[in-house]
Amino acid sequence: MAKMTLEELRKLRDSKKKELNKRDVADKNIQIIVGMGTCGIAAGAKETLDAFLQELDEKKLTEKVMVTQTGCMGLCYVEPTVEVIMPDMPDVIYGKVDAEVARKIVRKHIQGKALVNDHIYDRPAADIVE
Amino acid sequence: MAFTNYILVCGGTGCESSKSDQIFKNLIAECEAQGLKDTVQVVKTGCFGFCEQGPIVKILPEDSFYVRVSPEDAKELISEHIVKGREVKRLLYNRDESKKRARVEDIEFYQKQFRIVLRNCGVINPENIDEYIARDGYKALERALFDMKPEDIINELKAAGLRGRGGAGFPTWMKWNFTKQAAGDVKYIVCNADEGDPGAYMDRSTLEGDPHSIIEAMTIAGIAVGANQGYIYIRAEYPLAIKRLQIAMEQSRGYGLLGKDILGSGFDFDIEIRLGAGAFVCGEETALLASIEGERGMPKPRPPFPATKGLWGCPTVINNVETWANVPVIISRGGDWFAKIGTEDSKGTKVFALTGKIRNSGLVEVPMGTTLREIVYDIGGGIPGNKAFKAVQTGGPSGGVITADYLDTPIDYSQLQKLGSIMGSGGMIVMDEDDCIVDVAKFYLGFTVEESCGKCAPCRVGGRTLYNILDRITKGEGEMEDIEKLKTIGKAMQKASLCGLGQTSPNPVMSTLHYFGDEYKAHIKDKRCPAGKCKPLISYHILADKCIGCGVCARKCPVHAINGERRQLHEIDHDICIKCGECYKACKFDAVYVR
Ligand SMILES: Cc1cc2nc3c(=O)[nH]c(=O)nc-3n(C[C@H](O)[C@H](O)[C@H](O)COP(=O)(O)O)c2cc1C
Ligand code: SF4
Ligand code: SF4
Ligand code: FES
Ligand code: FES
Repeated sequence: MAKMTLEELRKLRDSKKKELNKRDVADKNIQIIVGMGTCGIAAGAKETLDAFLQELDEKKLTEKVMVTQTGCMGLCYVEPTVEVIMPDMPDVIYGKVDAEVARKIVRKHIQGKALVNDHIYDRPAADIVE
Repeated sequence: MAFTNYILVCGGTGCESSKSDQIFKNLIAECEAQGLKDTVQVVKTGCFGFCEQGPIVKILPEDSFYVRVSPEDAKELISEHIVKGREVKRLLYNRDESKKRARVEDIEFYQKQFRIVLRNCGVINPENIDEYIARDGYKALERALFDMKPEDIINELKAAGLRGRGGAGFPTWMKWNFTKQAAGDVKYIVCNADEGDPGAYMDRSTLEGDPHSIIEAMTIAGIAVGANQGYIYIRAEYPLAIKRLQIAMEQSRGYGLLGKDILGSGFDFDIEIRLGAGAFVCGEETALLASIEGERGMPKPRPPFPATKGLWGCPTVINNVETWANVPVIISRGGDWFAKIGTEDSKGTKVFALTGKIRNSGLVEVPMGTTLREIVYDIGGGIPGNKAFKAVQTGGPSGGVITADYLDTPIDYSQLQKLGSIMGSGGMIVMDEDDCIVDVAKFYLGFTVEESCGKCAPCRVGGRTLYNILDRITKGEGEMEDIEKLKTIGKAMQKASLCGLGQTSPNPVMSTLHYFGDEYKAHIKDKRCPAGKCKPLISYHILADKCIGCGVCARKCPVHAINGERRQLHEIDHDICIKCGECYKACKFDAVYVR
């Protein structure tokens, strides 16, 4: 994209804000967000990410699901951490998500619309951006 | 099939010990009894971090937060909340009738944590500038460029009361103002991302999770003081943070938010990354600047301060990563908003890296003035394994310890200083009864002795001498005079060292001597390590009334130091014992103990 003017920046912000709130990116209305800070990666977040991609591929879900990464969620004691956002399901943060749990999340949470026992943790803090 | 409700039952250690397991079972049974098996999913979760109010049950999608639930409540929760759609008021955390429901955000425990610095960490994709922009990113830059004069920016910081998060807590606006008023056409902006404190990683996480906030903040400082070039000094051991910064800088240049003629305003500002080799002393500002200039990273006497005479002799603003991360929020929300958070002398929040003997380790951002007890117990979930809290080390190698007596102290710059410790960069290491205080002091001193640049004698010689004395004490070779010696040398170093490294390196020793003098004496006089940690001072013994003579310990002992007949009391031969502790671990009857 070319350099922006102030107007363009403001317009971009408004449109992206709606998108981020919905987290709905180009028809992919299911989001898997993997915590990829250093401690996440040290705990195996890369394998987790790979497992997600593989399982989504196998289940032919890549059209619908978007896998992205983010930084430290602050829950370093339960790394790797993953947030799953999809319609008709509450936003959930999962902890200790190894490759096997990742596959389970795809099968159970995304396909079966049921939460994955034992791996739910809560967001640690309120933040300031509405 | 899809569920209409999800019931989350905390299965963390704290809640489990107060019968959350039974609650879980009862809820499932109740759902079955009422024919709700296919519409309600009951799930066991990890700790919510709010153990104090446990057992916790949360019901989605309403987000109702129930606390102190008992197994008998299961029936009511199902028939009222799920079936009739009425929240069970008496169990809701927020019993305030005026509010409709206790959402997580309304709960003050979660308010105890409040994210300003970490606002985007774990929320956005740090490699996508659009997500940063969507979360109000570069809004502050807009204001600074088009709606504010340089002095307005500095006044906003002044109103906010922001102080440096790199350790010393110097008012940020004052620094910027010195540089703004200093003579010269060429000025610089520097971000200190050296983060040398062992146990601290908040700067790394901020850079990894939200690199744009630092870029935006430095550009704003450029506008305020009249600088066109910035440097981020970051240790090479942080490859991921470096990569994300590079991506972020590229993207913001592409958008015209960094580089020439930013947003068509006519203002130019760009940033370069400089890699450090990861020497602790390079975090000290004058050494850091020398290192950027390509010299060896050694400190210089101040004044002159970098604010007036810094990089290549030019006025330079140097701030810590966390300090920078606060700036865009202050500019876009206003200094008054920021100043409402925190205490009289310390505004805003502080990020702590909570580690050590703590259940929920991680990054914790709390308003200044939060007490240590809230951090350790409410947020950190307390000490694992039912061990007793001993102390918290704050401020890394330049800090000190805080004991249980001061758990209720509201934490801010001045309070910590009063207790003989410091905020430092925010490393917070929790110790329990198994940690030996002399050993801890020795660890930190070992670190600073290694990291001393060697330029000045008080630090080079003094540090080594202190270390040797501590080493002797942990070996049982200490003498009572050593305590005085530690104090005298420590005081001399504090006064005579050239830079902050030497001036502060005796702090862990001074602070532990103050609070745990008895533990030092136990090592020296009684040749005993109360925590059972210092090997030369401990010995393993077998209790006559507990030993059943199973012989397991004898079989485990690698040097065959344990003898005894079957079913008879076993004994340890202390001439042979190498104190490996295997017998202690092996005995199922708690018959082996450490003294
Ligand atoms: C030995 C020593 C090590 C330091 N290490 C760091 C560091 O790793 N990161 C940092 O931001 N400040 C460090 N400082 C503090 C800096 O000298 C300086 O005060 C700080 O970067 C100023 O930024 P602030 O005002 O935003 O806190 C260190 C100071 C000393 C004496
Ligand atoms: S030391 Fe322990 S394991 Fe060994 S005989 Fe005694 S009770 Fe048994
Ligand atoms: S401490 Fe180790 S070597 Fe000594 S008796 Fe026990 S097991 Fe054997
Ligand atoms: S890096 Fe993932 S929670 Fe800390
Ligand atoms: S154990 Fe349940 S909230 Fe911590």
